[in-house]
Amino acid sequence: MEGDVGYVGLAISLVLVAVAVGFSLRLRLRLEREMVVSVTRGFLQLLVVGAALGLIIDPDTPLIWSWLWVAGIVVFAAATVRRRAPAVPGLFWIALVANGATAVVGFAVAFGLGIFPVEGRTLVPIAGMLVGNAMKSAIVGAERLVDALSEQRAEVEARLALGQPSMKAARPIVRSVLRTALSPQIENTKGLGLVFLPGAMTGLILAGVDPADAVLVQLAIMYLILGGTATTSVITVLGSVRRLFTSDHRLVALPRSTRDVG
Amino acid sequence: MPAGEPLFAFESVSVGPSEARRLHDLHAQLPDGGLTVVGGPSGSGKSTLLRLCNRLEVPSEGVVRHRGEDITQRGPLTLRREVAMVFQRPVTFAGTVLDNLREAERSCDEERGGELLERVGLPPSFLARDAGELSGGEAQRACLARSLATNPRVMLMDEPTSALDAKAAEVLERLAQQLVADGTPVIWVTHSEDQMCRLADHLLLLVGGRVDRAGSAQEVLDGG
Repeated sequence: MEGDVGYVGLAISLVLVAVAVGFSLRLRLRLEREMVVSVTRGFLQLLVVGAALGLIIDPDTPLIWSWLWVAGIVVFAAATVRRRAPAVPGLFWIALVANGATAVVGFAVAFGLGIFPVEGRTLVPIAGMLVGNAMKSAIVGAERLVDALSEQRAEVEARLALGQPSMKAARPIVRSVLRTALSPQIENTKGLGLVFLPGAMTGLILAGVDPADAVLVQLAIMYLILGGTATTSVITVLGSVRRLFTSDHRLVALPRSTRDVG
Repeated sequence: MPAGEPLFAFESVSVGPSEARRLHDLHAQLPDGGLTVVGGPSGSGKSTLLRLCNRLEVPSEGVVRHRGEDITQRGPLTLRREVAMVFQRPVTFAGTVLDNLREAERSCDEERGGELLERVGLPPSFLARDAGELSGGEAQRACLARSLATNPRVMLMDEPTSALDAKAAEVLERLAQQLVADGTPVIWVTHSEDQMCRLADHLLLLVGGRVDRAGSAQEVLDGG
């Protein structure tokens, strides 16, 4: 096996997309348009990224281009989090700090401790994996926080009415939101090897690396992702909750919970 | 604190954006003592007015005074412990009734908890009960006990019987009257005319976010 899929192979793999679209039509999920758009968009984005990565990992390309790429990943991730929870004032900047912190801490461990060499071929993929996974949990955290504060406004205001400061009044909700945001990554880490064989390890083994070495690389990446997910979620949720209360400890007006729509 | 100041005074108070005011240029005073009922139809601004008293809401324009002092000059957390509130639906927190009391007063032990429950007519055995499993009337009384744990000087009650059956409502009305007898002024919001007649020492009637009538219960009800 050489991993040589080719465009014909890629086209054949679209059969599964057709199956998904078929389910959507049959069950009237109204997701077929979104599925087609996401598949097309993903295809185009990865083609461009693949070409650009080819240039970046070239040993003759200055490392600054890789760093700029990493900065772009962090900014784009922050914009995505902001788009998903627009009710939080200033969420772009909160998410930018959260994703930036994850990248800094992750890189400090990955490169500072010499786990990986600082090269274009390591910088960009590791930033993508770290920030991409952290972004997903930040989105869950920010969305769920707005929903929970909206759904449980009565409880929060009952606590405020007892003279509790806003951060204390929101604490039970913050705990529950952070558990929800972090659980998927914890489950992923638990299921390593049992449920799924992660991509980096599989790729290295396929490329002929000793499986024991591949496992070590994969474990390092998974731990980085778990740490990054926790860092980003905590900063995003704690930063957001501060912005959802006024300085005189009142909960701001929030849209009705997205879960109520039905 | 100047003597003879009203419990709360609303001076040119408006709430909400100019195109959708919930209170319009409201001038009113609530006397410092007795049970004041704030009445009016649904959407008349009764609950908004009540929430201004403990700063869960702030005016878009105008000033709210508590015993003569502009309440924005008071720290909201201290104010809320002095001006306690019971809500329309009983909101209990996870855990036992004692856990709920400790949310208001961290050091609340079983003895103090028993005293608080006694004031709302519940036996001390309720301290160990799961707050989520109380009946509506019991839960509302537990919420009142929780509000009393901060030793408030004023009690705000926002349609506290609207989710209760007649018997539980009667118990809560009696508890409010007992609070007044013990020297804690109560402001009670309701849309029920029967309840107004039963409870009110003073009345403030709102319609469409404006004062319709105000004064002693006898004056207002006789004049109506």
